[in-house]
Amino acid sequence: MLEYLNLTRMDGFSPEVWQSLGLTIELASVTTVILLIIGTPLAWWLARSKSLWTEAVATIIALPLVLPPTVLGFYLLALLGPNGPVGLLAALWGGRTLAFTFAGLVVGSALSALPLVVQPIRNAFATIGDRPLEIAATLRASPLYAFFTVALPLARPGLLTAAVLGFAHTIGTFGVVLMIGGNIPGRTKVLSAFLFDFVQQSRWREASWLAGAMVMFAVAVVLTLTLIDKYSRRRST
Amino acid sequence: MRTATPGRIEIAFSGSIASFPLDTQFSVPAKGVAAIFGPPGCGKTAVARCIAGLEHLPAGFCAIDGDVWQDETTFRPPHLRPIGYVSQDASLFPHLSVRRNLLYGAPKPKPMPIAFDEVVELLDLAPLLDRSPSHLSGGERQRVAMGRALLSQPRLLVMDEPLAALHSRAKREILPFVERLPEKLALPMIYIGHDMAEIERFADYLVLMERGMVTAAGPLHVLQSDPTLPLATSHEAAISLDAVVSGYDGRYGLLILRLKGARLLVPAPPLAPGVHQRLRIAACDVSVAREAPRAGSILNVFPARIRACLSLGTAEITLVLALGTGGSGAEIMARITRFSFDSLGLKDGMDVFAQLKHISLLSASEPPPQTISASTPTAEPGQASAAACNEKLGTRGERHHLKPPLL
Repeated sequence: MLEYLNLTRMDGFSPEVWQSLGLTIELASVTTVILLIIGTPLAWWLARSKSLWTEAVATIIALPLVLPPTVLGFYLLALLGPNGPVGLLAALWGGRTLAFTFAGLVVGSALSALPLVVQPIRNAFATIGDRPLEIAATLRASPLYAFFTVALPLARPGLLTAAVLGFAHTIGTFGVVLMIGGNIPGRTKVLSAFLFDFVQQSRWREASWLAGAMVMFAVAVVLTLTLIDKYSRRRST
Repeated sequence: MRTATPGRIEIAFSGSIASFPLDTQFSVPAKGVAAIFGPPGCGKTAVARCIAGLEHLPAGFCAIDGDVWQDETTFRPPHLRPIGYVSQDASLFPHLSVRRNLLYGAPKPKPMPIAFDEVVELLDLAPLLDRSPSHLSGGERQRVAMGRALLSQPRLLVMDEPLAALHSRAKREILPFVERLPEKLALPMIYIGHDMAEIERFADYLVLMERGMVTAAGPLHVLQSDPTLPLATSHEAAISLDAVVSGYDGRYGLLILRLKGARLLVPAPPLAPGVHQRLRIAACDVSVAREAPRAGSILNVFPARIRACLSLGTAEITLVLALGTGGSGAEIMARITRFSFDSLGLKDGMDVFAQLKHISLLSASEPPPQTISASTPTAEPGQASAAACNEKLGTRGERHHLKPPLL
């Protein structure tokens, strides 16, 4: 076993691994941005609406937390594949299926990370309460202006947590990506899939390098964001 | 459809907010300070929220100086109402500095009718401008909240118990600023409070509320001496009157004030002639005599006519007196014992002499008179200790403790 953990040399990494690394970071970044854009208004609605639908919608959003990722991947494949409703719809204007593409990966990983992003933002909005927004309204702030100048800045810790969780979760996503991405090198093969392949092929040295690097990366990302938050919070008070 | 009258604040709200029934109707001039007074939980805050548009009662009417904010067909959302709203908790934006808080609601194109520098000076905010709201005391926060409301260029300022969450020292610090506002700015103000001692100092009109309903509305001094209302029969009954300074006796340090039906001499620092001065004359500081006293130490003795006699328990009686020969002047009150009432043979309509033992000049330099509170006696210390506690806890605690009740 020890020989496999000989971590002194990096000669085992092929260009495909580096390509995969780039792909993984791109996927995580795109997904995080999309999640924040979709998740913030969704979380706002969930936190502020008095509609009975909020809990139903919240339940559906939370499903990826409890379902095996392969189940989500299976349904997405059925939905987005060439014979699925979205695939057929795409075919109407000459589109291709989303399955086994980068866009499909984004959809898959976004859906599976959605609860992790929505929940902290929703909590942050709920914590702010009505008061600051009411006060903003009495100061001539339209609801939209108040949202951007009061609600978003006050919810910043929640937004940051959401971004970290969304990014980290997407870096580590595996099941959904395997189902919908098809593990195509250079196109949909992300790092976690590579790690799986290394282990399958008993390439332990590469596997341990990769796993170790991902751990370091995760630590660096979380630490950086925490420090940014701490710094900006100190400056504002 | 109801039409709005220019120069008046017309309010009518009925319905229920969070199962609290509200049936409020009043009309006061859109000038000076109108105070809404009532015990805690009587719906005062609900009225303020309706005026601001933060609550929407479908059966409501709200017009300010001819400008309809709400009627059967219109409901202006809060951000389209030119209102300045100051609540019990200052609710400053914690992520903005004091300066940016102040400018939050200020219209972007300058200059503004209520100028930034003017407000900063009026409320003494200059030393606070670059600080964060979390580093302010409760009184300072309230001053910033007032400044912020004023800079949004309102046509009506609504202050919902701005002092209620402060302990008495902070209250004394901030009261002068509150008093200065109506004097310095030609802006109608609705002041909501449950402490008569505050209201007496600067209100011109009074709206009395109880259990969601308006029981009376009118000029402050008229309601204070109205025999049918509880103010006149309370133990702290007093009249607030606005007198005009007419001179100063430098030898004895006496200020000469003119009131309808009387010329008052009050030991006080000199003031410029023509200045209006708010006076408070407590019923317990006034006595009556059948004949003009020949030799006495009381300076202010005037002929007056008894307008009403109100029983105050078994032993005391409050008299409503109209000053001046024939009772043509301002009304004040006198509290006397039933024994004196009977032994002097007093009765309604009788001409007597009113002797004013003490007259308070209500001004910034003087601490507020003894508190008359509409609340139950236990409510006050509770609030004071909550405020003191918040000072220690800072913002985080304040948010929790000072969350105002909905009604």
